[in-house]
Amino acid sequence: MADHTLSLTPPSDMSAAQRISLGVLGLGVLLLLVGSLAHPVALPGLWAHLWAYGMLLSLIGGGAAYYYYRFGQGPAGIRNDGNFHRSATQPWGAMAWILGLVFTGFYIILYWWPEYLHSLIALVDPLFQHWFGRSGLPENTGGYYNPWLAYGLLYSLAVLVMGIRFLYKYRHIRYQQVRTLSVMFFQLVFAFVLPNFLAALNGQELYFHYFWPLDYDVLFPSSVATLTQGPAVAQFFFWWALILAVPGTVVLTYFFGKRWYCSWVCGCGGLAETAGDPFRHLSDKSLRAWQIERYLIHGVLLVITVLTVGLLVNWQWSFLPQQWAEGAQQGYGFLIGSVFAGVVGVGFYPLFGSRVWCRFGCPQAAILGILQKYFSRFRITTNGGQCISCGNCSTYCEMGIDVKWYAQREQNIVRASCVGCGICSAVCPRGVLKLESGPTTHKTVIHIDRDEVKLLEP
Amino acid sequence: MSFLTRDWRYGPLPRKIETMRIVIIGNGIAGSTAARYLRKRADHELIMISGESAHPFSRTALMYMYMGHLRYQDTKLYEDFFWSKNRIQLLQDWVTKVDTATKTVHLSQSAPLSFDKLILATGSHSNRFDWPGQDLQGVQGLYSLQDLAALEEWSASTRQAVVVGGGLIGIELAEMLQSRGIHVTMLVREDNYWDNVLPKEEAQLIDRHIEAHQVDLRLSTQLQRIVGDEEGRVKEVVTDGGEVIPCQWVGLAVGVHPNAALAQSMGLACNKGVLVDDYLQTSHPDIYAIGDCAELRQPPPGRKAIEPVWYTGKLMGKTVARTLATTPTPYRPGIWYNSAKFFDIEYQVYGTIPSRPAAENTLLWQDARQWQSIRLHFTAAPPHALQGINVLGVRIRHDVADKMIREAWPLSKVMTHWAALYFDPEMSRSLTPALLDAYRERFPDAPIVPKKKRQLRDLLFFKP
Ligand SMILES: Cc1cc2nc3c(=O)[nH]c(=O)nc-3n(C[C@H](O)[C@H](O)[C@H](O)COP(=O)(O)OP(=O)(O)OC[C@H]3O[C@@H](n4cnc5c(N)ncnc54)[C@H](O)[C@@H]3O)c2cc1C
Ligand code: SF4
Repeated sequence: MADHTLSLTPPSDMSAAQRISLGVLGLGVLLLLVGSLAHPVALPGLWAHLWAYGMLLSLIGGGAAYYYYRFGQGPAGIRNDGNFHRSATQPWGAMAWILGLVFTGFYIILYWWPEYLHSLIALVDPLFQHWFGRSGLPENTGGYYNPWLAYGLLYSLAVLVMGIRFLYKYRHIRYQQVRTLSVMFFQLVFAFVLPNFLAALNGQELYFHYFWPLDYDVLFPSSVATLTQGPAVAQFFFWWALILAVPGTVVLTYFFGKRWYCSWVCGCGGLAETAGDPFRHLSDKSLRAWQIERYLIHGVLLVITVLTVGLLVNWQWSFLPQQWAEGAQQGYGFLIGSVFAGVVGVGFYPLFGSRVWCRFGCPQAAILGILQKYFSRFRITTNGGQCISCGNCSTYCEMGIDVKWYAQREQNIVRASCVGCGICSAVCPRGVLKLESGPTTHKTVIHIDRDEVKLLEP
Repeated sequence: MSFLTRDWRYGPLPRKIETMRIVIIGNGIAGSTAARYLRKRADHELIMISGESAHPFSRTALMYMYMGHLRYQDTKLYEDFFWSKNRIQLLQDWVTKVDTATKTVHLSQSAPLSFDKLILATGSHSNRFDWPGQDLQGVQGLYSLQDLAALEEWSASTRQAVVVGGGLIGIELAEMLQSRGIHVTMLVREDNYWDNVLPKEEAQLIDRHIEAHQVDLRLSTQLQRIVGDEEGRVKEVVTDGGEVIPCQWVGLAVGVHPNAALAQSMGLACNKGVLVDDYLQTSHPDIYAIGDCAELRQPPPGRKAIEPVWYTGKLMGKTVARTLATTPTPYRPGIWYNSAKFFDIEYQVYGTIPSRPAAENTLLWQDARQWQSIRLHFTAAPPHALQGINVLGVRIRHDVADKMIREAWPLSKVMTHWAALYFDPEMSRSLTPALLDAYRERFPDAPIVPKKKRQLRDLLFFKP
């Protein structure tokens, strides 16, 4: 096995076209890296534009072509060869460590020292000026760096290019195609174009596909005040977010399960499903991990609920000193919003799999999960006795669900954490698993004391 | 305060059964299933022995380990703590001898163990057919973890490989080797891949699929001999046509036979496998045999005496557990089913499908471009009772198929309820119209099956 632990592609021969497309993709990466390490700010406008557009086009074009040659040709099927041999996707592989460090480092700088991203911000600035008339450079923002424009672009690019990869990789499964097009659409339109456009129009970046508690600060008193007294679009946004958060979520989850949001709409999910796909098998499947998950995710939900209610009550009948309220708000933003969702959530992809945040931290996922488990028609059906206990389903579950545990006992899978990505069904070599909605009476909820085989059970 | 802990609402506790020691030899799916269900139903002392691995794992996943889809630990049936938590004692050792008179199991490393009941679940061995050169280095079968380790070791120095055998393990070997960039030549004795089981049309679809994966498929070709180099490593094979194919590794995948050596040495009645009656009991009243190693004296209708498949091991394990824990239970496997995957094509079969079906018994629909095929097998006389379903590239619901075959549904009724059989992922292409067309073409006078309109509800719930 040692001879191909460091290669990035399977050891089969690459065609000339594949090499060329890899070259173009490499050029894009080079333009991005060189540009963000030392962007020649002094470049005249035209060259700065050329650089930025060249980077964008070679990343998208090269990426699309490369993944077409890698996954888009010949018979379609599951292509997981070498995932546990290649050091970038191996558990604790050398490349995985490096990638993990780079991602994590990038996030830390992004959140707390954006000025070090000067070159990156300058590199993509011409694009934002051109498209939306926005800028992240201090000379245009009134003295501070706004790295979120550049970040939004990179994030969307990752979803786009890796989304194309996913579309080729699972081209034989229509559910995967539709679902991936959906997350790509929501990222590009709802998380990139629309907020940028609105920000350019009236100064507020509004994300219509996020709502409380993932978008926790919508219900913080300061936002409630600005939104409800803002322009029509802000008011609309406030009520939209509120309607989606309460009746919307309940109704949609009843019919479709948690997946309608987590693997069809959400941006965090969108990145996990596309850029995170090569790392999905790294999630921990042990019972222990499940126990930790239950405490953590419900803990976060509890904290944000208490915090939100507390702040709103305090707004009416102020019982807390102002600094306390602000401190709590900032503390949550720092610990959960930045460290957990951002740094750990994405930075740790190559080490703990693609859904660390969604699984252990996201309060939205917690709510949807409770609904899914107790009040939804969704389940994964196990097909009679066809399971051969091979373990592919559990291995490729990004949420760390031990799917096989249920499948080999001919039990349906009803788990709060399941985001309905459908990959267990895709990788199952015996057609054992199917995501579907059906009468709630037949879905068998299984609780955590699963490993005790009951004595003298009928 | 014992009344608080006792379940007083349900009357007296069940009569305490004398506990006994049950030893299981073999921790494959048959042995493991027996152990798990025994524990579920009774409080006996359970000891499961295997020389191959410390913990039960999935043999069917050997290929995925090699291809890097998963690791050995991912193929374990349960996390390690499961066994101790359920008081099933695991022992990694080889059984060398069993003394039936004193009811003692002798092991190669550990001290002898006495037993009250013994379950033999020793599995199979790969077949070999006295080919010249079959003992050369780099010539092997694929059955155990040890085989896989050997293959792993030879792979690094292998550029070309020959796989002998057109069966389930042969095609898995071809896929495995391909995934490492090793060029594979497959020698298949029959006219088409696995055509002693698959009807010709299905077999030919698989032929084309194998070739689409760049495997050099040689049909109607037999191995004549294997030739080695000076160091005793295989360097080429010679076919019955006299052709010489250079290779550095040869996989012999020409079936398996029951591993009955231990049973024979114990003096149990054996044929090819360990002979068992309806209750899976061997010729010794305290010894049972299950899984690949067992041979039924009287197989139930539609089933074979030896069935070396996963599902049979599981069913036999459940049955013997029930017999030993509570009530003597005859082995009643029900309607046959099986499944496999040929590179990218999933295969499922329910009921009986002969390999050479007569035209009047069969309805076939194929879409070669999508690698899909559906075959229904039924009685020739009206109302054409359903007997079997064979599908490639399509997933079918087990419980529905089982019901239709068990209750011998007339074909027209099957057609009317066809959509209920689908198990393909939501949003997959519906095959109902195509299949109905095939049905109408075949039976122009048959009662027209009402074509259900696709409703908004179906769309909403992703029904095909
Ligand atoms: C590569 C491969 C792929 C397969 N794929 C499929 C599939 O897709 N579907 C399907 O239905 N079937 C498949 N099979 C067949 C299936 O795996 C077997 O039918 C099944 O594993 C048999 O289970 P078992 O418990 O009877 O025996 P085994 O799994 O063989 O277990 C027997 C165990 O007993 C041990 N043992 C034997 N003798 C002794 C002794 N004297 N002392 C100690 N230990 C001993 C052996 O080492 C072995 O570990 C496949 C088989 C192989 C090899
Ligand atoms: S992938 Fe399919 S066959 Fe394998 S363990 Fe999971 S459900 Fe069973």
